[in-house]
Amino acid sequence: MYDSLLEAVEAAEAAGVSLGELALETEAAGGLRTREQVEHGLQRALDVMRGAVERGLKGDLYSVSGLVGGDAAKLRNGTGPLAGTVFTDALSAALAVQEVNAAMGVIVAAPTAGGAGVLPGVLLGLAGRHNLDDDAMVRALATAGLVGAVVAVRASLSGAEGGCQAETGAAAGMAAAAGVELLGGTPRQAMHAVSLTMQGTLGLVCDPLGGLVEVPCVYRNATGAAMALAGIEMALAGVAFPIPVDEVVDTMGQIGRDMDVRYRETAGGGLAATPTGRRLARERLVQLKPRK
Amino acid sequence: MVSLLDIIGPVMVGPSSSHTAGACRLGLIARALLGGTPETAKVELHGSFARTGTGHGTDRAIAAGLLGYQPDDERIREALDHAERAGMTITFDNTKLRGEHHPNTTRITVRREGRSAVMTGSSLGAGRILVTAIDNFPVEITGTYPTLVVVAHDEPGIVASVATALSEGAVNLATMRVSRRQKGGDAIHIYELDSPPTPDALERIRAIKAVKTLRVVERVS
Repeated sequence: MYDSLLEAVEAAEAAGVSLGELALETEAAGGLRTREQVEHGLQRALDVMRGAVERGLKGDLYSVSGLVGGDAAKLRNGTGPLAGTVFTDALSAALAVQEVNAAMGVIVAAPTAGGAGVLPGVLLGLAGRHNLDDDAMVRALATAGLVGAVVAVRASLSGAEGGCQAETGAAAGMAAAAGVELLGGTPRQAMHAVSLTMQGTLGLVCDPLGGLVEVPCVYRNATGAAMALAGIEMALAGVAFPIPVDEVVDTMGQIGRDMDVRYRETAGGGLAATPTGRRLARERLVQLKPRK
Repeated sequence: MVSLLDIIGPVMVGPSSSHTAGACRLGLIARALLGGTPETAKVELHGSFARTGTGHGTDRAIAAGLLGYQPDDERIREALDHAERAGMTITFDNTKLRGEHHPNTTRITVRREGRSAVMTGSSLGAGRILVTAIDNFPVEITGTYPTLVVVAHDEPGIVASVATALSEGAVNLATMRVSRRQKGGDAIHIYELDSPPTPDALERIRAIKAVKTLRVVERVS
């Protein structure tokens, strides 16, 4: 796969194909799997994402600690100013997937389990209000995968290495590119959507209470989806981000390397280190002992 | 090379690719080394596995792997009950393993019908794993290939004999590694294969006189 998004965009423009099509062809040319196998794998991922959103929106799932659950359904049935729009569809779907994840249900790590809500949230949120077939969705997932592969090589996809900017931030960048492609934008617009989204998640720390994928991870997937929608909207309107996308990704990697270890999944800083964060972790999370 | 399906995947039971999916894969490898469902399993959890394992379902995921469940199997949630029903006695202990270990590491000791296996392995993130010791021999197994674990008397020509057996059995070798605790004792051979071993190849390896045990570990990712 590519290690530069700009190179990928230029290759797609030269060939007159979308980023998703380019990603599928590049993957098949790698020889590890045939194109059919890759498409089949992505279709299965799409099916699992749909199942997780549907399951989570029922609103009756709770995490092992009981700290998270039920909020996806609350948002889906909310009456705020954005109720009934793509925005709340996407955010509630993102919450739903993370609630399923926290309750030990089946999800697709995309790119990780901790950031697994953003991509299905945005894609299925968009699909619900636009007429999009599964082939288009599979190509959009390939676009997201291409962006994730570039981020994996140039920066990181691990909260322990790069903070939450490397998990929900990367997921948001992936979802932004996929969303632009899904709505008919150009590869270059998809690239700007990645930059416009990830500039907004730079520096985001990983500070889970008790070190568990619950608080704030679940909610951060919803705000990650919001960031991706912002990037999509701006890019489709023709907004171009002045810093090239590869440099934005590199910056994320550098900030991750500079980030104190307290902000990299160790529960030593951020919300995890607040008085309430520590109390909840003590009472509800880390006090759980392995069962004999 | 990073593949699209590494980024959009794996499909897994939550909540954590390292603490749940990776832990399940480590259980699967311990099961394969024993050659079936253990009667007893002693699971020692080290580092972050010990600190946050229960909340991440690491204990259930390892039990699930020992039962042969894959990382996307929803039965992981009930795996501790299923283990009990399957007649498996499983214990968990928080420990600090000696030496340098990845933060997410477990040592699993399993027994069945008089046989036993001890495996140390780590979950590296995104569901990827690395087995670092089997029965006190240092090894490196990632579970991304079908793998043969051979213990043989340490004498000249064994590696060549196994390689010949594999090629005569129509199996292509991807990587191999031999290690031993002392000269002239037993050595452990790890063969990673491009495809699952054929029955013919396995029979030919078993027929080699110096080979004491042969175990097959299927791909887990």
